[in-house]
Amino acid sequence: MEFPEELRYSTSHEWVRTSGAKAVCGITDYAQHELSDIVYVELPDVGREVEAGEACAVIESVKIASDIYAPVSGKVTKINMQLDAAPETVNADPYRAGWLFEIEMTDPAEADGLMNAEEYKAHTEVETH
Amino acid sequence: MLDAIGVKSFDELLGAIPDGLKRAELRVPPGLPEQALREYLLALSRRNADVMTQQSFLGGGAYDHFIPTVVNALASLPEFVTAYTPYQAEASQGNLQAMFEYQTAMCELTGMDISNSSLYDGASAVAEAAIAALNVTRGRRKLVVSEAVHPDYRTVLGTYMRGLGIEIAHAPVTGNGLTNLAALDDATAADATAAVIVQSPNFFGCIEPMADAAAVAHRKGALFVAVVNPISLGVLAPPGEYGADIAVGEGQPLGIPLAYGGPYLGLFTCTEHVMRKVPGRLVGMTSDRKGRRGFVLTLQAREQHIRRDKATSNICTNEALMALRALIHLCALGRDGIREVGELNLRYSHYAAERVAALPGFERRFDAPFFNEFVVRCPAGPAEVNRQLRQEAGIIGGLDLGRWYPELDDCLMLCVTETKTKDNIDALAAALEGLPCTVH
Repeated sequence: MEFPEELRYSTSHEWVRTSGAKAVCGITDYAQHELSDIVYVELPDVGREVEAGEACAVIESVKIASDIYAPVSGKVTKINMQLDAAPETVNADPYRAGWLFEIEMTDPAEADGLMNAEEYKAHTEVETH
Repeated sequence: MLDAIGVKSFDELLGAIPDGLKRAELRVPPGLPEQALREYLLALSRRNADVMTQQSFLGGGAYDHFIPTVVNALASLPEFVTAYTPYQAEASQGNLQAMFEYQTAMCELTGMDISNSSLYDGASAVAEAAIAALNVTRGRRKLVVSEAVHPDYRTVLGTYMRGLGIEIAHAPVTGNGLTNLAALDDATAADATAAVIVQSPNFFGCIEPMADAAAVAHRKGALFVAVVNPISLGVLAPPGEYGADIAVGEGQPLGIPLAYGGPYLGLFTCTEHVMRKVPGRLVGMTSDRKGRRGFVLTLQAREQHIRRDKATSNICTNEALMALRALIHLCALGRDGIREVGELNLRYSHYAAERVAALPGFERRFDAPFFNEFVVRCPAGPAEVNRQLRQEAGIIGGLDLGRWYPELDDCLMLCVTETKTKDNIDALAAALEGLPCTVH
């Protein structure tokens, strides 16, 4: 199970990779493993304003359709169009090719409030028990 | 067990039920021997007027069509009739295959990409189409519906939409029996209307310019929902050809008897674009580990037992036995047969319209092209015409339209399907001409 050091994590299993005010977001290795084979990804419209914690995407797997929550507030500037034809990319490579959407953060410091890799790893262990 | 839940007696569990209702006296007559019971039920059923014993020219959403014997014979097989929710892949391949074939037949008939395995009936199918459109267009909260869509469908749609707080605008009917396209356009708001809903043949039997109506919807970014009569698709252009995003309708004309209003069959088809918002069950074809073909319920994560309140729809059933009948009926007709049925309906209804309109005091109310129903103005009140037709000639007449459209309270809508012969139609005309209320 991967927990890249350079990322920040939400309690609902989304990760964030920041550079300046830009935040690339996706779901964690733990999340993709729990979901099992992903068959469809419904992404937010580009231009949509989101609040941290707001449901903005849906990932459908063979066993469940799961809401994905914006880890930070801001405006959606990019979405990963590759996932339309190849949703399984989220399973295979959740932290890189399987990214979901990019947000232009209203408050770049907001990502600092999220968990680091170690805190998130502990969080997944609590959840499993 | 009572101890385990901390209850002293079974009766304590019933404590919430008012005393007067507990152990209430059931006033049910004593049982009858089978022979007596059968006679009693037969006597009751003989009080019904039915299309087996009387000529009927009633239409309006439920139609008397010829049902080949093979439909009853196959659909009555106990494996189909007694199966309860037969959708587990490991136990119900036969039923799943039948539903898959039904879906395929619906797509071929309508020219649409996807069909679900059916809904309750035409009315709820219209409501589900509206919900799907609202989900697809996300953010749009209005609907536009033609007043020529079946009044009962519009009522049911209103019931569904009330809970969702959706605004429904109506487009009126012109003097020609068709939807007023200019009014349809005005009522459709760009950026706000999710769907435009038009029926063809419409409630008055008239064939609407669906491609034009679809264009109105698409110009404003709304989805176009077509409400269709499946038996008309043998002769009329199918919704897939004129740009419908969703095509729904009542499947009763396909091998399902009138049965006093049900069970009927809700058809739901759509383009691929709408796929993820399709309500109801979807059967898919796949292969197992050994490469053998198999059928399964698919895209289940849409449904409410998984998505719960976020599901597109709360429906978790279908009309499998009715869908099976529709499938067998279509297979029995075949491509040529369905066209032939359509042509017979057209020919006989047009002959009837000609004969009736020529009678003194009767005239065609609308001159738009029609399929198997048409509206005539009567020289006397429609209710009286029907009553006398029953009394004098034992014929069940047309639909008294004043019930839903006050401006048409002098009109009857007559339906003529392939169940009628030229002689039957001539007899109707003669009867109408000779009624006490129509004689000059």
